[in-house]
Amino acid sequence: MSVSVDSPFVHKVWNDSELSKMVDGGVQFPMLSDQGGKIGTLYGIYDEEGGVETRGRFIIDPDGIVQGFEVLTPPVGRNVDESVRQVKAFQLVRESEGSEATPSGWQPGKKTLKPGPDLVGNVWKEWSVKDNYDK
Amino acid sequence: MPKEFKVGCKVPDMPSKEQPIVKNEEKVVERKEDNMIKVGKPAPSFTAPAYYQGKFVSIDLEEYRGKWVLLCFYPGDFTFV
Repeated sequence: MSVSVDSPFVHKVWNDSELSKMVDGGVQFPMLSDQGGKIGTLYGIYDEEGGVETRGRFIIDPDGIVQGFEVLTPPVGRNVDESVRQVKAFQLVRESEGSEATPSGWQPGKKTLKPGPDLVGNVWKEWSVKDNYDK
Repeated sequence: MPKEFKVGCKVPDMPSKEQPIVKNEEKVVERKEDNMIKVGKPAPSFTAPAYYQGKFVSIDLEEYRGKWVLLCFYPGDFTFV
């Protein structure tokens, strides 16, 4: 879901007049209105001087726990692929009940790590820059 | 004469006149602690009006228990990024 200080009416017009021309069917998630910046303040990303939210992005798990966040100043946009990758990684870790971890550069389908005594000092056997970063 | 201002991703800075800023010292201190979002800790709950698939609805974060939520804040509709 998305949040800005705009009213729900402005969200509708923005979706109908512009966003639906960029994405088929328009926005598929709720566009929340935080007039006054109360929610943004709760999450620590509201810019009181500018009267707007900064680009805060939070991953919240099924128990309502914050698993990750990122905050950018307004001129730089997010990378949605990276957010999705992180959600998939957190989902995998949760499904494994913590027995698996996703190493640096992990992508869905790639090898995970199983932390334990045997892995200490042996990550180099399981993980390489080439396998995780070369495209 | 009205002056044209540069459009950007936030509310434009207006030439500052003396603006009475209401300060509440106690409130500021209180907020500082509230602002600390931590990973591994509960997300602050909220309810907000929203636009969703042609309808105006009320969204309560608590109703999303059991689902993964990606909560994205951004400066404003019709901005550019």
